[in-house]
Amino acid sequence: MSGEVRLSRRRFLRYAAGTAGALVIGIGSAEALDRPTPVALLGDAWSQLGPYLRVAADGRIFIGVRDPDNGEGTSTSLARIIAEEMSADWGRVIVEPLGLGVEQGNGEPRFTYGRQRSGDATSIPAAWADLRQAGALARWLLLQAAARRLGVPADQLRGENGMAVAADGRKISYADLAAAAAGIDAPATLPPLKQPERYTLIGQPAGDVDATAVVTGSLRYALDDSLGNPVIVVIARCPYPGGTLDTADRDAAKKVKGVYDVVTITPEQGQPAGMAAQAPALAVLAEDTWAALAGRAALNATWKAGDSPEPSSSVLEQKALELFGDDTATPTIVRENGDIAVARKKAARALEATYFQPWVAHATAETPNCVVRLDPDTSVTVIAATQSPRQVYTVVQRMTGFRPDQIDIQVPRGGGGFGRRLEQDYIAEAMAVALAKKDEAIRSRPLKVLWTRDDDLARDYYRPMAVHRLNASLDKSKKIVGWHQRMASPSALVGRSTPDNRLWQSELVADALPAGLVPNFRSDWYPLDSKLARGEWRGSPHVTPTFASESFIDELAHSVKANPLDFRLALLGEPRQLPYSGRGGPIDTARLANVLKLAADKIDWSRWLRSENGLGIACSYVFGAYVAHAIEVAPTADGIDIHRVVCVADVGRAINPLGLEAQLQGATMDALSTALNLAITVKDGKVQQTGFRDYPIATTQPLPYEIETVIVPSTAEPTGASVIGVPSAAPALANAVFRATAVRVRRLPLLREFARLR
Amino acid sequence: MAQQGPTSPVPVPNKDASQPVSKPVREGIDLIVNDKRYRHTGEAGMPLLWYLRDVLRLTGAKYGCDQGDCGFCTVIVDGKALAACQTKMEKMSGKRVTTVEGLAGADGKLHPVQQAWIDEDAIMCGFCQPGQIMAAVDLLSHQKNPSDADIDKIGNLCRCGSYGRIRKAIKRAAGAMKDSKA
Repeated sequence: MSGEVRLSRRRFLRYAAGTAGALVIGIGSAEALDRPTPVALLGDAWSQLGPYLRVAADGRIFIGVRDPDNGEGTSTSLARIIAEEMSADWGRVIVEPLGLGVEQGNGEPRFTYGRQRSGDATSIPAAWADLRQAGALARWLLLQAAARRLGVPADQLRGENGMAVAADGRKISYADLAAAAAGIDAPATLPPLKQPERYTLIGQPAGDVDATAVVTGSLRYALDDSLGNPVIVVIARCPYPGGTLDTADRDAAKKVKGVYDVVTITPEQGQPAGMAAQAPALAVLAEDTWAALAGRAALNATWKAGDSPEPSSSVLEQKALELFGDDTATPTIVRENGDIAVARKKAARALEATYFQPWVAHATAETPNCVVRLDPDTSVTVIAATQSPRQVYTVVQRMTGFRPDQIDIQVPRGGGGFGRRLEQDYIAEAMAVALAKKDEAIRSRPLKVLWTRDDDLARDYYRPMAVHRLNASLDKSKKIVGWHQRMASPSALVGRSTPDNRLWQSELVADALPAGLVPNFRSDWYPLDSKLARGEWRGSPHVTPTFASESFIDELAHSVKANPLDFRLALLGEPRQLPYSGRGGPIDTARLANVLKLAADKIDWSRWLRSENGLGIACSYVFGAYVAHAIEVAPTADGIDIHRVVCVADVGRAINPLGLEAQLQGATMDALSTALNLAITVKDGKVQQTGFRDYPIATTQPLPYEIETVIVPSTAEPTGASVIGVPSAAPALANAVFRATAVRVRRLPLLREFARLR
Repeated sequence: MAQQGPTSPVPVPNKDASQPVSKPVREGIDLIVNDKRYRHTGEAGMPLLWYLRDVLRLTGAKYGCDQGDCGFCTVIVDGKALAACQTKMEKMSGKRVTTVEGLAGADGKLHPVQQAWIDEDAIMCGFCQPGQIMAAVDLLSHQKNPSDADIDKIGNLCRCGSYGRIRKAIKRAAGAMKDSKA
């Protein structure tokens, strides 16, 4: 009642009979195949079977989703990919988030679900490569079972909406076939995938599978979980990067009613960035959150900034400008074609502009938090929203020394990620408290660590501030013949075992346009020093460089009195493929031109010249997706009003257009909110922002009424959706503001700079 | 199962929640949450948010900022939307609280606002949505046909930027509630 089919050199599909007549299918690593767990013993232990699929005899189909869903919609889209291949009845599908899959390997942990990471819009492309096969195997087994039952060849049967259907119209439900399917001999090779023209789920809109649980309040985020009766922990952290504790009144904190203990946290030294607690801290352990907060206030902790405190952003900006002007400075040359100096000498016109972008925070809706139940002798359970369950495992294993079978990592839906949950500091910190928790009264209780909003803003892994200086040379025919871009930023890869000559990789993309379009091209990156923790942020490394380059292209167009749309289309030139070393390449210039034209059509770009409102446009190529924004801005008495925003995306085949539309709208809103108003600033060695009053993420105002989206029909391989709407939104806005007001904003946040300039 | 901590709820059995709450005869703060009666015997200064979440384990109202700015913890108290993080338990005596868990009917039928949220696929990460929904229920209770300006006044934050669909969901719910009364 079981079988295996090799999926690739290192991965395989396995199926087995579950209890009560179910068919269970999973994906595993080839290492596991070499030393298999006896399948007969698996029984109903679905969790040992990769991203699982369970066809129950009562008609329900359980689909496990391996990648964490922090609002990207992968619970829905990944499940749809499997359900489509097996021709399931979507109405009977129940989606379950998988925790981390890890078991003891040959001296090393073996991750049974393979990659389990959400970030950089990778989940769908990865699932497309393997999850479809799980569904196809299920369909093949079920149709084989139906063929025996009906006495017709399997190739004359088709799967349809949860049924095996014969040419003469006879039908058997998958539920009735599940038990028999588990007994079918494995196919010699992988069963064929469905022809896309027969898709009934992929490409059709589907609402989020967790919607009912969310709107009834029954969905448990990590912050809502408790593992019984948890001790609540709130932490006072040193606000100064590199700083230390000065004074604290532990006794006063312990006297607060409901406070059990105060525990000192000392970050582990020598760990990679993001893999240990960030700051020296005091953790207050209490009966409930209110007591913990009161205890933290009673601590009245004071902190010392330490040597060479973090400079303000203006100091870093000044340093960047000095580097750009210093001929002896040696940047990393990220890409070079032709000779920019020669191009400049021959140029009919040369332009220079410098763009300044601030630090920004993630400010996820659900602040960092972690639930831990630790028995120091036997096992640990961790519940946390994360984008990287495997790294959670690495931290927990390191800190406990446990074997994989002693570590249980549960990953519920997360309240936003945007890159923040790729970092493990909040896990390591919670583990440190759990390991230090000795007070007899609470020794056996789980604990829950809550970050307050001010904690979250004070100790984020910020998107690095950046200064870009761009120089271009144009010939007599208004063509860009030389392009020199210089970027200075504190790399988010410092402290992550990245060699110095690769530190730019978190900051910019080597082959991002207009690379490949301009004969003489050079891209330089200069490192800046900072003690602030840095990390990925929703589409970085595309975000700040695209603001600079797409603003600058607009400036170039205006300098030669060209229509910015026509200027861009001319720059893209003839349809062709441009080599691209980053993920998603090569770039198809025709597809990029197409999204530009569609965005222009949608906003009625023919008004560009005479409209009183300003129209702006920008585009980007992000992880394989082609995106353009067109924005209409009206000047008002006291500023600007965003009238319309159009976002056009070509992501290849759209798995769930409704989810994709939400991702494009959300990313655009976030990009605009960030560009308009948001900056993290450093003063006296620490971050100044403490909440939504001084880090004012926009609500409905001043955001546009809606984001109009256009999804380009395509049969190309699907790309991700979750971050692609960010990079081109801010430059389209700045370009529209210029057209509406003649004010060119080269410094973000935009509204503050606009008020200064006008 | 969960052990009960010292501030665990003390349900008052066999009393009809529709009756007015009598004055507390023992130490504690009596209130009604989702048609059930409770007596809070812990700190009077505790905000309603932590009473709901830590004591009653009603986790639908979310923590977001502790400053009344984000709206994630919006609940309805005596017919009015409030930020639970800014509402102290000492003010809650005799009050009637509805959280997102108490919106659906006893038969499990969703409130029209909840249904509209599903129909418009308004959730992304979903974390802010219980608060958004409670704010919308409050708005629709005194404004049957809200304008865009009325909706914008809610001002609850959605970090994912689902504002367009939230607006559509509120309008859809307004229509559904009118139809059901017609």
